[in-house]
Amino acid sequence: MNELLIEFLGGFTKTNQWSTILPEIMLGVLALALLGAEMALPKNKQTLIPRLAIWGQVIVLLFVIACIGWCNVGESEYFSGLIIQNDMTQIMRAFFLVSSIVVCYFGQIYLSKQSLPKTEFYALVLIIAAAMMLLVQSANFVMLFVALETVTVAFYVLVAYSRSSQFSLESGLKYLILGALSSGILLFGIVLLYGIAGSPELMGSSRDSLNYNELANFITLNTNNPIGVDNMIVKIGALLVVAGICFKIGAVPFQIWVPDVYQGAPTPVTAYLAVASKAAGFIVLIQLLHGPFISLKEFLVPVLSVIAVATILFGNVAAVTQRNVKRLMGLSGIAHAGYLLVGVIASLYVPWAVYAVIFYLVTYLLASFAVFGVMSLAADADDANQELDHYENFARKRPFLGGILVCGLGSLAGIPPLGGFIGKLFLFVAAFQAGLYGLLGISVLGVVISIYYYFAWIRECYFSAPSSAVVEDASGGTTLGDRILLGALIVATVVIGLLPAALPIIR
Amino acid sequence: MGNLEASPLFLLVSILAPILAGLVLLCGSRFSVNSMRALSVFGFGLPLMIGIMLYGLFDPSLAGEYNFELRLPTGLESIGIYLHLGLNGISMPLFLLAGMVGLAAGLYAMNSKAERLHLYLALLLFMLGGLMGTFASIDVFFFYFFHEFALIPTFLMIGIWGGAGRRVAAIEMTIYLTLGALLSLLGLIALYVQSGVDSFSLLELRNYLSSQALTETVQNNIFALLLFGFGILVSLFPFHSWAPKGYSVAPTGAAMLHAGVLKKFGLYGLLQIAAPLLPLGAEHWFPWIVWLALGNIILIGLVTMAQKDLKMMLGYSSVMHMGYAFLGIACFSVVGVGGALLMMVAHGLSVALLFMLSTCVYHRSLTFDLSSMGGLATKAPVLAGFFVAATMASIGLPGFGNFWGEFTIFVALAETDMTKWIVAPAAIGIVISAIYGLRAVSNIFFGQAKESFKERLESGQITDLQPFEKLPACLLIGGLLLTGIFPRIISDDANRELAVLYPHEQSNLTVTESVISPAEADAPKEVAH
Repeated sequence: MNELLIEFLGGFTKTNQWSTILPEIMLGVLALALLGAEMALPKNKQTLIPRLAIWGQVIVLLFVIACIGWCNVGESEYFSGLIIQNDMTQIMRAFFLVSSIVVCYFGQIYLSKQSLPKTEFYALVLIIAAAMMLLVQSANFVMLFVALETVTVAFYVLVAYSRSSQFSLESGLKYLILGALSSGILLFGIVLLYGIAGSPELMGSSRDSLNYNELANFITLNTNNPIGVDNMIVKIGALLVVAGICFKIGAVPFQIWVPDVYQGAPTPVTAYLAVASKAAGFIVLIQLLHGPFISLKEFLVPVLSVIAVATILFGNVAAVTQRNVKRLMGLSGIAHAGYLLVGVIASLYVPWAVYAVIFYLVTYLLASFAVFGVMSLAADADDANQELDHYENFARKRPFLGGILVCGLGSLAGIPPLGGFIGKLFLFVAAFQAGLYGLLGISVLGVVISIYYYFAWIRECYFSAPSSAVVEDASGGTTLGDRILLGALIVATVVIGLLPAALPIIR
Repeated sequence: MGNLEASPLFLLVSILAPILAGLVLLCGSRFSVNSMRALSVFGFGLPLMIGIMLYGLFDPSLAGEYNFELRLPTGLESIGIYLHLGLNGISMPLFLLAGMVGLAAGLYAMNSKAERLHLYLALLLFMLGGLMGTFASIDVFFFYFFHEFALIPTFLMIGIWGGAGRRVAAIEMTIYLTLGALLSLLGLIALYVQSGVDSFSLLELRNYLSSQALTETVQNNIFALLLFGFGILVSLFPFHSWAPKGYSVAPTGAAMLHAGVLKKFGLYGLLQIAAPLLPLGAEHWFPWIVWLALGNIILIGLVTMAQKDLKMMLGYSSVMHMGYAFLGIACFSVVGVGGALLMMVAHGLSVALLFMLSTCVYHRSLTFDLSSMGGLATKAPVLAGFFVAATMASIGLPGFGNFWGEFTIFVALAETDMTKWIVAPAAIGIVISAIYGLRAVSNIFFGQAKESFKERLESGQITDLQPFEKLPACLLIGGLLLTGIFPRIISDDANRELAVLYPHEQSNLTVTESVISPAEADAPKEVAH
């Protein structure tokens, strides 16, 4: 054991690989710097902190994008196999940075309406971003678990951030309990796999059995093998790991926390959960299915198919009855998770489907953030209380935000010429090529149902009879920055819809 | 081909011009009314001008190919999608139809008193741009894309400017049409995946599938997706319930463009894509099409007779007439499909005209209730004249394009023993449409005015058709007469194209005279002279 440790530590001291995770380190330092700045800066200069957070991240984002442009990494392994970087992880790093920048911006809007401590919010958002970036790069279950827990623990705090709101506290508690449960399940699965893959009497056993490659090797040798008597433990382990991930992406039957937590959490945090946390879960799922669990394909595909069907149907049907828009976004997000699961399953048969999933995630990010942005701006001081009625005549009162909302919802519903349509098209084509006809049928059914609630929202904004007491407050509460950010999200959505090549993911 | 080099670009312009004009209008809430009108005349007029010009340049020797081909990359090359535009003998008439109805709807809408007129005109322009694109697309993906693009403005227009009950109608229509659109999208993706040709281009799909056809089961399944997907979009019985409700609340411009043109998308998809590419599938589903189409003609015909609301009646009658087009396609012969095409064009013009005139009637009577009008012809004789003409056209009176459409479809049905029996039930539909059409005319324009309406009729507030109403009406009536007197302007090019698309007919038919192609379809024209 000692030798292993020495060898392991030697791995990273001898070579200087820290530079490969420089963006994550920069984010961590920035988070600490923000906390320091709060103490150092005088009261009237505190407004600098969100700017520092946002512009700091923009610099990191530019750095990451430059990295994608300069060095074609291919696939390289660092820190003795703890981390693997490839094209996909580079794209996802940029993805998480964009989402944390937007969330910081929304946080600024949200916090200006509340009397809450401000700096910690940004620091936690930054830490989550760094942890998610590490999460998608991890190639070892220890790394995976540590990164995932960092994300989850920081989210516990953020979800319950609004200390004076009952809803927020309730959702914080729910997220804590269910999050801990899911971590437990995930850990149990990991331990089972570790134990069985480390048993020396089995073929292909490894001393480093938490490493994805070693584990993949072991599972391949021990499944569909006449003397592989321990299939069952491998399967249970894999199943538990997948279940743990399903908690994060909000797939049925692990979706129970979603509506309550989405409603109670501050809107920017909800947006963060809905977009970044879900995306991280999907990428991890793809990596596991294509990595260690690749030989369990025959076993896991039916399980995932059942989950996908239940997720699509549950999300859509439950969203139909919602009047609270935050819950509606949560439940419709479950439905989107279902479509994405179809893409993930398809990726086991047609490799390019991985990119269809990432493409879908990007269009989902743009559209969801646009909608959440409008929600942040439209909310009054009671953040959890955002009913559909609140949006009556919204387009007349605030035409700009109304337009943004329509485009965002249209993209989520998958209507051309918006990006969401192309995202769905790719998923459908991939699913067709993979021969998943049943899942396709269910997805189409889900999309049709989703038209009802997305358009009901649009209807509320646009089609209400003009009440006599309409007050024209076109620019009330919308600053130039809000307009630029939301406008940019929508412009990106439209451009991707018209010219998918603008997003160099599918080649 | 030499002098045609620039014409493909015109095709692109005809799609982009309305959209750009719409975008400018969208930002122009402070424009003066006149500059708004000038801009929309440009946006609505240009597509028709381009259509007429391209019709003049159309090269008939390219049957089986496309005229004015334009192919631009979009970033989806990896899955075989290009912005591939072009026109052939089948899409040309529909392209012109879209331009003509678009201009008429635009001219009418410009002078309407709609609140937030710039937004209304912008949405109509977007819709028109989408329509031009739909019929100009060779790429199956863009064919679908442009259709959806045109559909969203319809929803918004119904929701914002619609009549009573618009909130429910708009949602119902959108859900229904999305279902139809997604089913047909699945069918198109299936066609793409199953053919293995790795291209969404209709030309490549056609060339590839003609050399190695799909197996029968695959054809049946894909055809089912396309038939029911497109069928929902064309209000095939029993998937029609969205149409009357939607049209009855829709603002005039949206109803004209949707009922007149956008609804033809599904039929166009069936006769240009589904039937030629999947002949075995079409054969398999033939009885279904016939029975459902008869449901459209007879059952919905009877429902139409029972309507008391003018707009509901028009909505149902447009559902009913779609049955004939389905029957024409079901014949699966050059004559039948050609008849369906003529029918689509003529019906598009006549239904748009009727929807427009019904709004003109409403502005005078302040009601759509057929039982509380009467005697309007005394005050508005020109309106009455137009309305009667449009009703006659829709019944299928000789002299209007609809006649040739229905007539040729009947000829095609009578051609084979298998379909002969359908002529009788289908002919009942003509009687039905005469009954409700003439009854509506007499209720609105002739006889004694009802009590509630009498006062208004005699108060002198009622004027005849204004110039801005006459202009679009004349345009549409002109189109109807043109197709009625010279059906050849459509049928010649269409026949050449259809003869390529439906070649199997010669071998399948039992009749000995297999030279039905151009000569036969034109034969009725001689009678008219």
